Amino acid sequence: MTKTTTSLTTCPYCGVGCGVQATREEDGTISIKGDKSHPANFGRLCSKGSALADTIGLENRLLHPQVNGKQTSWDTALDAVSDGLKQVIEKHGPDAVAFYVSGQLLTEDYYVANKLMKGFIGSANIDTNSRLCMSSAVAGYKRAFGSDSVPCNYEDLEQADLIVIVGSNAAWCHPIVYQKIVKAKQQRPTLKVVVIDPRKTATCDIADLHLPLKPGTDATLFNGLLHYIKQQNTMDWEFVNQHTEGFAKALISAEKSATDITQVAQICELSDQDVSNFFQLFANIEKVVTLYSQGVNQSSSGTDKSNSIINCHLASGRIGKPGMGPFSITGQPNAMGGREVGALSNQLAAHMELDNPLHHNLVSRFWQTDNLASTAGAQAVDMFEDIANGKIKAIWVIATNPVVTLPNADKVRRAIETCDLVIVSECELNTGTVARADILLPALAWGEKCGTVTNSERRISHQRNFLPHPGEAEEDWWILSQVANRMGYGHAFSYQSSAEIFREHANLSGFENNGKRDFDISQLANISDKQYDELIPIQWPVTAGRPKGTERLFEDKHFFTSTGKAQFIAITPRPPVNATSAEYPLILNTGRVRDQWHTMTRTARSSRLNAHISEPIVQIHPIDADNCQLTNGGLARLDSQRGNMLARIVITEEQRIGSVFVPMHWNDFLASKGRVNALVNPVVDPISGQPESKHTPIKVKPYQPVWYGFMFSRTPLIPTDSEYWVKIKGNQFWRYELAGEALIDDPSRWAKNQLGEEGEWLEFSDQGAQRYRAGKIVDNKLNCIVFIASEHDLPARSWLSQLFSEQTLSDEMRMSLLAGKPGAGLPDIGPMVCACFGIGENTIKDAVECGSAKTVEEIGVLLKAGTNCGSCIPELKNLISSKSG
Amino acid sequence: MKEKLVLIGNGMAGMRTVDELLKLSPDKFAITVFGAEPHGNYNRIMLSPVLAGDKQLSEIIINDLQWYKDNKITLYTGKTIIQIDRINRQVIADDNSITNYDRLIIATGSVPVMLDIPGKNLEGVISFRDINDVNIMIETAKTHKNAIVIGGGLLGLEAANGLMIQGMNVSVVHRNNTLMSQQLDQESADLMRSELEEKGMHFLMEHQTEALLGDKRVEKVRFKDGSEVEADLVVMAIGVRPNIKLAQASGIQCDRGILVDDTLQTFTPTIYAVGECVQHRKKTFGLVAPLFEQAKVCANHLVDMGIASYVSSATSTKLKVTGIDLFSAGDFIGDNTTENIIFKDATRHIYKKLVIQNNKIMGIVLYGETTDGLWYFSLLTEGKDISEIRENIIFGQHHIEENHE
Repeated sequence: MTKTTTSLTTCPYCGVGCGVQATREEDGTISIKGDKSHPANFGRLCSKGSALADTIGLENRLLHPQVNGKQTSWDTALDAVSDGLKQVIEKHGPDAVAFYVSGQLLTEDYYVANKLMKGFIGSANIDTNSRLCMSSAVAGYKRAFGSDSVPCNYEDLEQADLIVIVGSNAAWCHPIVYQKIVKAKQQRPTLKVVVIDPRKTATCDIADLHLPLKPGTDATLFNGLLHYIKQQNTMDWEFVNQHTEGFAKALISAEKSATDITQVAQICELSDQDVSNFFQLFANIEKVVTLYSQGVNQSSSGTDKSNSIINCHLASGRIGKPGMGPFSITGQPNAMGGREVGALSNQLAAHMELDNPLHHNLVSRFWQTDNLASTAGAQAVDMFEDIANGKIKAIWVIATNPVVTLPNADKVRRAIETCDLVIVSECELNTGTVARADILLPALAWGEKCGTVTNSERRISHQRNFLPHPGEAEEDWWILSQVANRMGYGHAFSYQSSAEIFREHANLSGFENNGKRDFDISQLANISDKQYDELIPIQWPVTAGRPKGTERLFEDKHFFTSTGKAQFIAITPRPPVNATSAEYPLILNTGRVRDQWHTMTRTARSSRLNAHISEPIVQIHPIDADNCQLTNGGLARLDSQRGNMLARIVITEEQRIGSVFVPMHWNDFLASKGRVNALVNPVVDPISGQPESKHTPIKVKPYQPVWYGFMFSRTPLIPTDSEYWVKIKGNQFWRYELAGEALIDDPSRWAKNQLGEEGEWLEFSDQGAQRYRAGKIVDNKLNCIVFIASEHDLPARSWLSQLFSEQTLSDEMRMSLLAGKPGAGLPDIGPMVCACFGIGENTIKDAVECGSAKTVEEIGVLLKAGTNCGSCIPELKNLISSKSG
Repeated sequence: MKEKLVLIGNGMAGMRTVDELLKLSPDKFAITVFGAEPHGNYNRIMLSPVLAGDKQLSEIIINDLQWYKDNKITLYTGKTIIQIDRINRQVIADDNSITNYDRLIIATGSVPVMLDIPGKNLEGVISFRDINDVNIMIETAKTHKNAIVIGGGLLGLEAANGLMIQGMNVSVVHRNNTLMSQQLDQESADLMRSELEEKGMHFLMEHQTEALLGDKRVEKVRFKDGSEVEADLVVMAIGVRPNIKLAQASGIQCDRGILVDDTLQTFTPTIYAVGECVQHRKKTFGLVAPLFEQAKVCANHLVDMGIASYVSSATSTKLKVTGIDLFSAGDFIGDNTTENIIFKDATRHIYKKLVIQNNKIMGIVLYGETTDGLWYFSLLTEGKDISEIRENIIFGQHHIEENHE
């Protein structure tokens, strides 16, 4: 590429699926803008999306195949993979191998992975990290609608009169969707927003009502609502009678578990007033969208929770109409695509079911295989359990980082270490999983690969490449197909392009469908490569009948259950599996922060994204902090039965008493002990298999190192002697937050060992106060800094950070450097004239200029200058004469 | 008929006392001044700048001869008083002239300590005390090459610096390893040394002079370790002692210096003494600030006000030595009960050290950056507890929030 080129693609982060316009300048620099034409965002981007250009560098990229730590050719690596898999399969059967894939994959990659494992290896041991984020929502939809169908779209949010946001900090995790709501509320102040979340998150900024309910009691609240709707008789009886089943049962268990508002309020630990306000709003406003996410899904009763929500929409008939519906918003850019190709171990393909003989037969014929898996495979958490207990002997991890993201992550890490064959397809070098792989396969990253993704509103978009292929990296579908060929399935995997795969996928979706299955994009089955390249964002189903796609599902009130009717599900609320105890009195809630994504392998490359929250933190209520003797800004050690971590303490009233929040992002390359999933209990929802990542009993105590400190360096380095360290990329520097358990006896030496001797050193030491600070200047530029103290309250990092952008360090900056803050701009007194009283030339000049001192004596009276040793009287005389003269 | 006041010593302390007198009561005394040197009184501190060529002699004259006339003061320059007749209240000069007094001020200052070693009287062996010494140095520099300065104290370094500027090749000989040990700790002394070495000054540290060699004029300096160096000029700057020769000879109570009480009165009630020649409560003086304080008190008593009394207080030294800003005060060395707060910017030749005990400043050394010297000194004299401002104190007053000032 020589001249400026612009391509439309999509953002690789959350499930909103924003359109992105990437411009490649002649010099190769990339600039990123929102795609004004994309219906998901109409040109808007959040902080993460806007910073995408910062994240596409090639440092720490995996660019060449490796076998047992040695770089090798693709042929050797691919042979090693297929031989390895074949051996295991011959010896232990197909269920001894597994794929663990990712919502980061493109639909085409997903499709090929699923086809290979289920269709030809003959096991359903393929699961995806989407299991961790929306499998409960999937299960909920399937129970209610007979299919994994998200009925709503983003427009419904703009048309609704009440938006109930449940277990979602959309303001941070789905910013563009949240901004749509903010805008809608500005235009129509009548739009009411209710936020249901134990935490008072940023999302509450626009809430008319916030219900900080007890963690895990959502089902009781919505059972109570269902009961209330019935009592207030705001039911849509016509819809319930004609198009649903199971209302009576559902109502009975609702009444049982939530007899009245008072009981609901008690169980959810809310005020009666708040609960009834919410119920009234929901009952009396017609256009309601309930937007829900991880707070509902990541629970041992996540499926029930989502059905308790859906029940309320069915009872009031608020589904399949503009501005209404139960709207699960997904976490990942292509979680939906994964669902569509069936890359979950309990699905088959194209929204067909493993245990459905018709589906089994249909897919077998379509794929022309006699080896199609017929029983569900291991779900994410069990999969690594099976690795640990030896059932699974070979694992292929694709585009995900389970040693950081799975619950009980330390055990997962050990499991991978013990696994006979670990294959990892990745674009990043620094992931904990890559570090434990036998075979490494370099995959293309965002901007290099190209294919389709589906966002939370069923909108299929083309994610296009605008960067050259670096090193030997390849598309994931190519890698998978190559292995399939080597394993002897060449006939079914002779793909030449992602377009070809997409067509097959579209064909399958329509294969003998005839409206029986919700997922049908058969209208796209025969598009040309050109049409595929130019595919504009479109919402499935896309059929002959609906060639322009489908905005909203169930407008026809037909559902995909055997009876064609939607199902009420009787819900008996269940508390989280592990309750708090005397030993583990606090509830650990995990989630995302605004400016980081997953395990930070990408976002941590952007200095602006690291500025918001730059360390693993634990947010805790003042009362709990008091009980645990924690101080704001200090460090805490968090322990569960399974693992521990260290985190910076943030004391905030926004946190619910009894529960703490910790971000899920930090990996071993960015923090010495920041992996929160090491603590999380591997408890899963019995139906969806989704982990209860938002409810682990833990204890928190102060972590008290002997010293605290931080370092800045223009080049990355490896800090030593620090039990606690966090690595933060800044603008032209790396920053390290440090703490150590052993006293540093010679800080000056230590600093030079860490940062290198050569250069101009400034040093400040106060041993009595255990304080040491140093800075190094090279060619008048700040090169590095180190601050060490016995307490955690070190100077703010902001001003020091700015100094690294200075071309040359001014004298003022240099003299203030080790203070960590600029001095209160002393007037420049000029060259010293009267040494005795420290009076400078400028001070004297001023006195002379303004005429307040005309003689040496007058200067003496005014400024004392010259009244002691008198040595400066000649200078004083000169200054006077130079004025008069 | 006015009372007769005689001042022996036309130096800074004595003349400052006369200044104060004239301010208080211009007509009380008929004043006569005897000065050994043939000038009006000049600012001795400014001899270094003169040697360094920064100043002319005329610029450091405080009071020229005309001034004495205008103030009706009889000035005898080049006249040395050889005896004081306390009984008859007379002073006798080296030309046997006799002058009567009602009140007498002795301000004979101090004399440089000269090493008592072989060759000490050779030509080209001098001290650094007055205009005459400075003139010799300037003249010698024109004709000779190698200068040795014995003594790495303040005066020695000033002399060495001046001689270097005058074009001589200068080596400073010092007993121990710490230059200006009265003002500097080891660290800052080393900084000073390296900075002066960069300027071209040579140092012979831990050298003890054994003899000065030469026939008529000094040619070599030999040290106790047997080594020798070329020398055309030797300046001895190993210190000064009070000049009490005259007082002692005249039977005035002396110890190291002329003993005075809190009114600067000697044991002979009609006789006062001020300046470097006195000893007050076991202390003798070398810096200018206390001398001026003495002048005030002395004058106050001479005009019979009798309300002032002299208390020698802790003093700080703020100096420009060879162009380098220095500030030091108190116990800047410290011991095992003290803690040091130190800031160093070696490349910029900046070094700051505060010696702390129980969160109070005990001592201060500032090298190269002395802006906050007087602030630290006020904290020291007030005995202020600095725990509140300890973190930023070394960065100076402008780094301390208002409420802590």
